[in-house]
Amino acid sequence: MEEIIIKEAPEQEISINMGPQHPSTHGVLRLVLSLKGEMVQKVEPHCGYIHRGIEKMTETMTYQQIIHLTDRLDYLSAHMNNAAVCLTVEKALDIEVPERVKVIRTIIEELARIASHQLWWCSFGMDLGGLTCFFYGLRDREKILDIFEETTGSRLIQSYNCPGGLMADLHPDFQRKVKEFIVYFRKILPEYDELLSGNIIMMERAKGIGVMTKEQAISYGMTGPSGRGSGFSCDVRKHHPYHAYDKVKFNEVLRTEGDTYARYMVRIDEMRESMNIIEQLIDNIPAGDFAVKMKPIIKLPEGEYYQRVEAARGEFGVYIQSKGEKYPYRMKFRSPNFSNLSALDALTRGHKIADLVAIGGSLDYVIPDIDR
Amino acid sequence: MTNQELKDSILKIEPTAVLEEGKQYLNLAVASDKWHSLAQQLKENKELAFDYLFNLTGVDYGDTLGVVYHLESTSHHHVVVVKVSTDRQNPQIPTICDIWRTAEFHEREAFDFLGIQFINHPDLRRIFLDEEWKGYPLRKDYDSSLNQSY
Repeated sequence: MEEIIIKEAPEQEISINMGPQHPSTHGVLRLVLSLKGEMVQKVEPHCGYIHRGIEKMTETMTYQQIIHLTDRLDYLSAHMNNAAVCLTVEKALDIEVPERVKVIRTIIEELARIASHQLWWCSFGMDLGGLTCFFYGLRDREKILDIFEETTGSRLIQSYNCPGGLMADLHPDFQRKVKEFIVYFRKILPEYDELLSGNIIMMERAKGIGVMTKEQAISYGMTGPSGRGSGFSCDVRKHHPYHAYDKVKFNEVLRTEGDTYARYMVRIDEMRESMNIIEQLIDNIPAGDFAVKMKPIIKLPEGEYYQRVEAARGEFGVYIQSKGEKYPYRMKFRSPNFSNLSALDALTRGHKIADLVAIGGSLDYVIPDIDR
Repeated sequence: MTNQELKDSILKIEPTAVLEEGKQYLNLAVASDKWHSLAQQLKENKELAFDYLFNLTGVDYGDTLGVVYHLESTSHHHVVVVKVSTDRQNPQIPTICDIWRTAEFHEREAFDFLGIQFINHPDLRRIFLDEEWKGYPLRKDYDSSLNQSY
């Protein structure tokens, strides 16, 4: 009988497309993968599928109008993005907003951060095949969106901040509902841990996957929970406080492992820290005006202004060059996802395609923030 | 480090650099041919240690094009804003993505929208727009009708 020889498949590099329509890219991002078998050799992101040219549009828009565009960058950090523009304008005009505004902005932003991390948690779980997470996360996020809807008038892109303060005052039920939510969510958050954080399948897929050192993270400009998972102390709320962050006590969550699991745990712990911040402020909202009266046409004095804030995915920056007109001469948004995306290639080299999904989930990118 | 100390140590490295204190940050203007070696020093010098590039902006100044780099030191927490400008007809600036890796994508963006050539960039292509796109949209003289085929 003749001996059967099984020839091994030739180990040549092939390249395939992942996206732009792929559930794990969370939007229209196209990745071109170079593969050897199942191992990723190189990842090349192709962006621009939903680029709207927001930076160009701002050059023919007033600052009040620009607020509404910044919602549409990272729509899950809409409040932080709004606030960054407002703070830049207020700083340029030397306007001191009332204490009430600062405290409300802080509370709303922390609520937005929790809501954003909830959505990240449910989609991360789903990327790894745990469908239950998706329902848990969305169920709890709904409660925050209801609070937003009452006070700001909309659920996702609120445009609640405006230069000089807020668009409207708080809804009378706001404090009660936020307090109810905190009580509820403190009870629910351990369930998240039981369901996913301690899950052996999830740990096998996350621990030691996509490791990034602190030096690399700094060089790639990887900020937010992704950077802090590598031990890069980059919390803007701590280092360059704005709003009421200098008056509250909270910890900057840092981990040193730098893998997917570390980035996961940073976000889970950040939800607890956000609740701590809200609890310190919710009973002490000072009375007063919710906005300073501003001129209908805002002209920034000639010069350059920069403001950094901590959005849910990392450091968001607004850079304005003004020539004294009512429109900015040049406006640049430093979006956290764009910098985090540049690290994707280094994170995934040598891992499997399935790990690329897990790593991508742990970076938590939002595509409209990349394609500005 | 205070801004004055920063000024002194940067001038020691690059005497031709022009430093002035802005409202918020220390501004540093440098010629494009001196920029790469200065950037190397800004990162590697132990006292300066600017290891974190948190923003890179391409700007059209009218007569010239320029790039604005926002740099921070994660150990000393001081910030400097570097401005490099270049000729409009033949805009060329040395790349710094070998020093700060995040610059690779940001420089591609500046190339895409302003047409600034970053010398020695490993992969200088348009990042958002099509390869066939005509013109550079963030230039002030950009004609948007060029790309309207309908």
